[in-house]
Amino acid sequence: MKARVHVMLKNGVLDPQGEAVRHALGALGFDGVNGVRQGKVIELDLADGATEADVTEMCEKLLANTVIESYSVEMA
Amino acid sequence: MRAAVIVFPGSNCDRDLAVAFRAAGAEVSMVWHKDTALPEGVDIVGIPGGFSYGDYLRCGAIAANSPICREVSAHAERGGYVLGICNGFQVLTETGLLPGALLRNAGLKYICRTVGLKVVTSASDYTQGYNAGDVIDIPIAHHDGNYFANGETIARLHDEDRVAFSYTDNPNGAQADIAGILSQNRRVLGMMPHPERAADPVHGGTDGAALFRTLTQTLATA
Repeated sequence: MKARVHVMLKNGVLDPQGEAVRHALGALGFDGVNGVRQGKVIELDLADGATEADVTEMCEKLLANTVIESYSVEMA
Repeated sequence: MRAAVIVFPGSNCDRDLAVAFRAAGAEVSMVWHKDTALPEGVDIVGIPGGFSYGDYLRCGAIAANSPICREVSAHAERGGYVLGICNGFQVLTETGLLPGALLRNAGLKYICRTVGLKVVTSASDYTQGYNAGDVIDIPIAHHDGNYFANGETIARLHDEDRVAFSYTDNPNGAQADIAGILSQNRRVLGMMPHPERAADPVHGGTDGAALFRTLTQTLATA
């Protein structure tokens, strides 16, 4: 069983890397990109019986820093 | 006065920190990250700079969940002293011993140079050797030193006089120019700049030495 965790910087937290990507896209001629936010995706290969609540606990304890990041969990 | 310096895989300022503590008169032991106890009678734990666990996931995140860090948290909760420098500051925010987080530098570059630091408060055992308002020269060397906390936390840090150091010319985008903060009981200090790299004349500056000297003197007589 697999889970996919998306971790993003919270709104209002400056994302200098996303901003650099936005500039680079502009330099390549891709006009009209108003903003870029860069996050990460973490895929977990879980033993049978693991629940979304388990993954949420993993996010709270380690996978995300909730001071600056938000996360969402997708069970597959 | 007894100090313990934690060594993680990827720490690279551990020996510098030990040298600075010893020069100030402390007895120092090095503690490996897999150890599950601090040496008996330790007064202060130093968490050094470097790239613990390769900065994987987030700077300091894996270190903050290592077995020895549980002991460091317990030591702090008992009222023990903890000094986290650079990566050590990142570890302290990840453990929750200090509020906020350290983000990627606003300019995206790794910055390695000496900067001006304002001593914001002299009311701590770390900063009592300076006068509030003093400007000292201390090196920084980091990629993720951009201090972030929500507005409420920043206001509380100011209200409680817990900003220890601020940058005179903000190099990394840190909120309110914050370079180092204290815990509520003023015994845990986290700072991005490296006082241990300005503690001996051969370093090119000695402005950091007073931090170690006064800390060691206070704890020796405590």
